[in-house]
Amino acid sequence: MANVELSGEEIRRYGRHLIMPEVGMDGQKKLKAASVLLIGAGGLGSPLGLYLAAAGVGRIGIVDFDVVDYSNLQRQILHSTKDVGRPKLASAKERIEGLNPFVKVETHEMHLTSENALDLFAQYDVIVDGTDNFPTRYLVNDACVLTGKPNVYGSIFRFEGQASVFAAKDGPCYRCLYPEPPPPGLVPSCAEGGVLGILPGIIGTIQANETVKLIIGNGEPLIGRLLLFDALQMKFRELKLRKNPDCPVCGTHRTITKLIDYEAFCGVQPGWDSYARERQYEISVDELKKRLDNKEDLFILDVREPQEYEICNLNGYLIPLRELPKRISELDTAKEIIVHCKVGGRSRQAVEFMKQSGFRKIKNLVGGIDEWAERIDPTMPRY
Amino acid sequence: MAIKILVPTPLRQFTGNKDSVLVEGQTVGDALKSLCATYAPLRKHLYADDGKLRSFVNVYVNDEDIRYLQKEATPLAAKDVVSIIPSIAGGSK
Repeated sequence: MANVELSGEEIRRYGRHLIMPEVGMDGQKKLKAASVLLIGAGGLGSPLGLYLAAAGVGRIGIVDFDVVDYSNLQRQILHSTKDVGRPKLASAKERIEGLNPFVKVETHEMHLTSENALDLFAQYDVIVDGTDNFPTRYLVNDACVLTGKPNVYGSIFRFEGQASVFAAKDGPCYRCLYPEPPPPGLVPSCAEGGVLGILPGIIGTIQANETVKLIIGNGEPLIGRLLLFDALQMKFRELKLRKNPDCPVCGTHRTITKLIDYEAFCGVQPGWDSYARERQYEISVDELKKRLDNKEDLFILDVREPQEYEICNLNGYLIPLRELPKRISELDTAKEIIVHCKVGGRSRQAVEFMKQSGFRKIKNLVGGIDEWAERIDPTMPRY
Repeated sequence: MAIKILVPTPLRQFTGNKDSVLVEGQTVGDALKSLCATYAPLRKHLYADDGKLRSFVNVYVNDEDIRYLQKEATPLAAKDVVSIIPSIAGGSK
């Protein structure tokens, strides 16, 4: 029996749980004593946050760094029209606390990285993966295996969803299912491929259901089973998931014993098509803004002329494109370098040249400083 | 012997939007080859240049992963259903 008590108000609130023997007072106390970390407060995170809070999970942590966009409202029911432009964590916390003030909401406004994941995961009982990209999915998986935390997995694309519970000790992990990610660009994201707004509601609710079952220790969790859902056909199917003895992170001969560089792991590999390769060397102003706000260690290389730099700059290191060949030794191949010019043409040439010189962690800022001035910092002079 | 192959959403653009296709094949490898013969653009999404199935595409016969059967040599019987399950990452940002 979990070492917590329920107040009279809580007993009234959770009455429909308490009268079922499968939950009961014991299960409800376990829920109150439990902590769950949601990775992402988007489409999957929305129903997860709401239902886990309503069910009485005592402590809910949420990792996100995004702000609410108008196009999120079609499916991200944690956020309202009035929240557009606010951090997702702010509206998520407000909404969840409004629903159930007995829940403690802990917000973690940051990118989940190999540096912070293990410490963060250690503070929670169950990790729920609602991210939207492969590097974070592999990071979440490996960090769960390394910390021994169950990973409640859900993923969606257009009309189709997947869900499972990856439990390091008893069952297979995400890498047992997919040892390697697809190349970037080959599998379209929801932003490119679209998603039925209700789909994350269904898959996220399944994840919430599995999370509650793990906490109360009742029922048959989705361990070793991959649930597939097709919203168009309204069909659920189930596939067997086996623990892969050769799995690099949970198998018998482990080659991954600490967190790795997941951007690189999910990044460009030899043999990929040119489309995927091109995309790997580009960054948008929005993404750069996010990463700078997140205090990531990026080296900004400005390849314009000094007089342009005087008009406006991003505090970058200035090497005009024409001087780059003789000054390339001033740059560090180990650092991630964002290259920009005014609108993106010269910096593209610079990136090409740097690739030939052995640089791999380089990205061209699409649209250049002009796009930055237009979209991110309207106070910046444009020329 | 006609075998049903279930095509996942991301790959339906290569099968004229069909969610399932009937093909001939005695083994999983045969069935997939005959699928790619009909829908040629599908090939590069299933197979790497060296002819091996891509590591982010899983293939199941009924509910079992072919990696734990006889891989592409897994024999097929009437009424078997082959599923292609690619990895998807969306959580909807």
